[in-house]
Amino acid sequence: MMQFMLLFSRQGKLRLQKWYVAHQDKAKKKITRELISTVLARKPKMCNFLEWRDLKIVYKRYASLYFCCAIEESDNELLTLEIIHRYVELLDKYFGSVCELDIIFNFEKAYFMLDELMIGGEIQETSKKHVLKAIQAQDLLQEDEHFSGSKKFFLDSSS
Amino acid sequence: MPAPIRLKDLIRNIRSARTAAEERAVVQKEMALIRNMFRDEDSTYRCRNVAKVLYIHMLGYQAHFGQLECLKLIASPRFTDKRIGYLGATLLLDERHDVHLLITNSMKNDMGHNTQYIAGLSLSCLGSICSPEMSRDLAGEVEKMLKVSNTYLKKKAALCATRIIRKVPELLEMFIPAVRSLLNDKNHGVQLTAVVLVTEMCLKSPDTLIHFRKFVPNLVRILKNLIMSGYSPEHDVSGVSDPFLQVKIVKLLRILGSGDADCSEAMNDILAQVATNTETSKNVGNAILYETVLTIMDINSESGLRVLAVNILGRFLLNTDKNIRYVALNTLLKTVKADINAVQRHRSTIVDCLKDPDVSIQKRAVELCFALTNPSNVRTMIKELIFFLDKCDPEFKSFVSSNILLACEKYAPNKRWHIDTMMRVLSAARNDVPDESVSMLIQMISESSSLHPYIAQQFYKALKEDINQQPLAQVAAWCIGEYGDLLVAGVVDEEEPIQVRTYYAKSIEEARLQSYKHLDAQEEVSESEVINLLESVLMTTSATQTTKEYVILAVMKLSARFTGSQEKIKLAVMPYTQSLDMELQQRSVEFQALIRDHDNMRPGLLEKMPPIEKKVDEDEAPRNNGELLDDDHPAAQKADHISSIQQRESNGLFDLIGDTSSAPSIPSMGLQQPHPAPASGGGAILDLLSDLDFSTPSQLNTMPAMQPQTSAMNLLDGLNALPPTVMQQTQPAVPDFMGGSLINNVAPAFPPITAVEKAGLKIEFAFERDSLPGNVDIQMRASNSTGVPFENFLFEAAVPKAIQLKLMTPSGNSIPPNNSGLLTQIMKISNPQGLALKMRYRLTYSVNGAPVNDVGIVNNFPVNMFSTSVNQGL
Repeated sequence: MMQFMLLFSRQGKLRLQKWYVAHQDKAKKKITRELISTVLARKPKMCNFLEWRDLKIVYKRYASLYFCCAIEESDNELLTLEIIHRYVELLDKYFGSVCELDIIFNFEKAYFMLDELMIGGEIQETSKKHVLKAIQAQDLLQEDEHFSGSKKFFLDSSS
Repeated sequence: MPAPIRLKDLIRNIRSARTAAEERAVVQKEMALIRNMFRDEDSTYRCRNVAKVLYIHMLGYQAHFGQLECLKLIASPRFTDKRIGYLGATLLLDERHDVHLLITNSMKNDMGHNTQYIAGLSLSCLGSICSPEMSRDLAGEVEKMLKVSNTYLKKKAALCATRIIRKVPELLEMFIPAVRSLLNDKNHGVQLTAVVLVTEMCLKSPDTLIHFRKFVPNLVRILKNLIMSGYSPEHDVSGVSDPFLQVKIVKLLRILGSGDADCSEAMNDILAQVATNTETSKNVGNAILYETVLTIMDINSESGLRVLAVNILGRFLLNTDKNIRYVALNTLLKTVKADINAVQRHRSTIVDCLKDPDVSIQKRAVELCFALTNPSNVRTMIKELIFFLDKCDPEFKSFVSSNILLACEKYAPNKRWHIDTMMRVLSAARNDVPDESVSMLIQMISESSSLHPYIAQQFYKALKEDINQQPLAQVAAWCIGEYGDLLVAGVVDEEEPIQVRTYYAKSIEEARLQSYKHLDAQEEVSESEVINLLESVLMTTSATQTTKEYVILAVMKLSARFTGSQEKIKLAVMPYTQSLDMELQQRSVEFQALIRDHDNMRPGLLEKMPPIEKKVDEDEAPRNNGELLDDDHPAAQKADHISSIQQRESNGLFDLIGDTSSAPSIPSMGLQQPHPAPASGGGAILDLLSDLDFSTPSQLNTMPAMQPQTSAMNLLDGLNALPPTVMQQTQPAVPDFMGGSLINNVAPAFPPITAVEKAGLKIEFAFERDSLPGNVDIQMRASNSTGVPFENFLFEAAVPKAIQLKLMTPSGNSIPPNNSGLLTQIMKISNPQGLALKMRYRLTYSVNGAPVNDVGIVNNFPVNMFSTSVNQGL
C-alpha cells in the first residue's frame, strides 16, 4: 500500500500531498522537508529508489516536478514507477501537455484525478479512459450547477 | 459584502510576492477575510474560500479553521460543494482528530446517493481517512456497495473494505461472501480491487487464507486471459496487458501458494508462462518479472522454475537500468537464505555493483556480499570489500568495517591473514571503526603467540606511517607495550609472504616493501625510537583520551621490556602526573610510585599478559561434568572446560593425598593448559604428604588462568567436597593492569627467602602483609639461569589445613633463560591462628621438551610471620 505521495518542484516547493496514513501536521511537514532535500540531493543517474525509515521511497522527475511515493516493504518498486507514470499521463491528457503551472493553479483538479486513480493507497482503475471519463463527467456536473445557478461560486476557469 | 477574490487570483498574488515576508502578509490578509466570511456563515462563496484555505495549507500555514467548513460543504446538496468539501476533508481531517467523525453521517447518506459520482466522492474520502470508529460505523454500507451492479462504485467499495480490514481486522468476515462475484467481474478495476481485498484478508487471517486457496484456479484463469488475449488498447502499457492487475495477482498467488504444495503445483505453469513470455525491454515488463521471481522463490515451485527465476535475476543484474539492478540485488538478498548456491553464481556481478556510484545500490550490494562470504571465497570477497571500504561514504564505514571483522572472525583461513586483514581494515576505516573492534583485535593478537614479533613490527610500522588513526593507534600501542622486547629484538621470520597485498595502492605498496628491506637491513628498531613514537602519539592533538590511556600504559610496560631506557620512560610519563585527565594522572602517579618505592615489584607487575582466552576448543578436554553447565553459553563452556581439566587434575591429587577420612578441599593451580599429574609424580606427592605428618590433610590450591568463580564451585560440587574455598577472579583488563591494591600495601616486613634452588631454577618468596592480621601475600618469583627456557611451568603448593592458601594466576607459563625474566605468582596465605607455616610444593616444567618434576618442602619461612602482635605498619 502506498503511504503517501508528494509532488514538489525542483526548487523544493510542495505542489501536492496525499497522505493515506494519518500523521500529525508537524510530522507531515518534517517528513516532507526531509524527503524533498534527500531526493533533490540525488544525482540524475542514480536509481529511483531510496530506503527511508522502514519504507521504500520511489521518486521520478518529470520536467520540473518530482513525484515521490512512499511504499511499504512488500510493494513493488518498479510498478510504483508505472503508477507515477500513469498519473502523469492522465494529467497530461487532461490538461493537454501538463506543466507545473497547470498543477499549481488547478491543484484541486490534480487531487481529483489522483482520487479517481487511487483510493487508500491502492490503484483502483487501470484504464486511462475510465478515469478521464469519470473526471469529465464530474466536471460537467459542476458546470451544469454553475450555469443553472444564479451565482458564480467556484468555477474560475469559465469566467 | 464584496465577492472574495478568486482562487486563481490569490495564487497569482501569492506567487508574485518577492519575499517570504511579503508572502506571509498576503496570506494573512486573505486568511483574515476568509475567517470573517466563515464567521458570517456565507454559503455562496464557502466553496471558493475553502479551496483557498487548502492552497494556503499546502504552503505550510495552519488551516484548521477550515475543518468545520469542509463539513458544511459536504452537507451541501451541490456537487461542487461536495467535491471541494470531501477534498478538504481528506486534506485537513484525519483519524487523530475526533472532528472527522462528524462527517460520518453525511458520508453514509452520500454513499446511497443517486448520482454515482457523489457516492464515489464519499467512498473515496472514506478510503483515505477511515478510522477504526468510522470503519465500524460504515462497514455495513460498504458491504452493500460491494454488491451493487455499478462497477464504478464496486471497485471503490472494495478498496474501502480493504482499508476497513486494515483498521479493524475483525470486520473481515462480513466481506468474504462478496468476493467471489467481484473476482468474476469482467471489469479490470473490479478484478484488481478484489485481488487487493483478498490479499489483505489473507494477510490478516490465516483461516481466510486457507479458504481462499480454492480461488487459485480463478486467479490463474484471469492471469492467463491477460497474457493470452491480444492487444487491448484500454489496458495496454507498452505492449503489456494490464501490468497493475498482473502484479497484484502474482503477489496474491505468492501468499496463497506459500507453504502449500497443491496450490503451488496449480500455479507452476502460469508462472512459467509469465516468466518466459513477458516483454522485458521496458520497466513495466520487469515489474511483472520481479514480482513473479519473488513468487517463484516463495512457493513450493519446481526446481526448473527456480532456476528460471534466478536466471531472470542474473539478467537483471546486467541490465543497464539502475532500478532493475537495484531490484535484482534486493531480491537476491531475499533469496540468499533459501538458495545460496544459486546466488553464488552471480557473485562477480554482485561484487561489481560495489563500484556503482549509487548509494542505494552500493548498500544492497554490500549486504549481499556479506551474505555470500564463506570460507572458500573469504580472501577474494574481503579483498573487494576492503577496496570498497577505502572509497565508500563515511556513513558506511562503520557498518562495513565491523561486518568485515565479523566475517574474518568466522572464516579467516589463518591467523596471519586475519591479522593482516584486520590491520588493513583499521587503516581503511580510519576513525570509523566501532570500539569493540579494538578489543576484538587485541584479544586475537594476544592469542596468536607465534605471530607476536611479526605483529609488533607491523603495527609499529603502521603507527609510524600514521599516528592519527585512533583505533589503529590503540591497538598498535597495546602491541608495542606488550611485545616491545620482540620489536627491538627485530627478529621476524618471513615464512609467508604478506598475505593481504591488495591493501595499498601500488606505489605505497612498493614504498612499504622498501621500508621492509630497510628495516631488515637495519635489523632492529632502537628502544628510543619506539618510545619517541609513542610520545609523539601522546602529543598529537587528535589523540583521544582512550588512545592516550593505551599509549601511556604501553610506555610503562616498556620499562619492563626494554633494558636501557628506564630514565627516558620515566621522563616520558612524568608530564602526565599533572594531566587533567583522571585516568592518565592516576596511572602516571602510580607508575612513578612504583619506580620509586617498589621497583622490585615492577617487572612482575608489568609482565606480559597471559593470552586472553575467548573460546576454548571443546575437543581438548573430555567432558566429565558437562551436566553441570548450560552448554549453549560460551562462558559456561569455557568454565566447563576448565573445571573438567581441573577435576581431572584434582582427582589426580585427590588420589595422591590418599584415602583420608575427611576429604580435603583441593583447588589446584594451573596455567593455560594444566597438565594432569603424572602417575609417578603423584606417588611422590603422596609420600611427601605422609612425610609431613600433618594432622589433617592439607590443602592444595589450583587456580587456572581467568577462572570464573562458578567453575570453582562446580569443581567442588563435582568432588562432593568441602565448603568452597573462595577464589578470586583475576581480570586481564588492559588499562587496569595495576588496578590491584599492591601499591597501597605496606612495605615488606620480612626479607625474601630462597625457597628452591636447583638445576638453574631459583624460586624466591617475597612477603607482603595484607591489611588483615594473619594474612600474608607471598610473591613467588622464579628465574632461570640456564641457557634454555623452562616451558609449561607449573607451581603447586600445599599447606596445613588450618592455614588457607590461595594461588593467584601466574604471570606466564615459561621462564626465559639466562635470568632474563621472571615468572611471578602471588600466593595469598590466611593464617588467623598464627601457626608456623610449612609448605609443600610440586613443580613441573619442561626443558627442551623433556619433562621435569620436582617436589619438596619449604620450611624456612621467617618466624613470627603471622604474629598478630606485629605492628601492621599502617
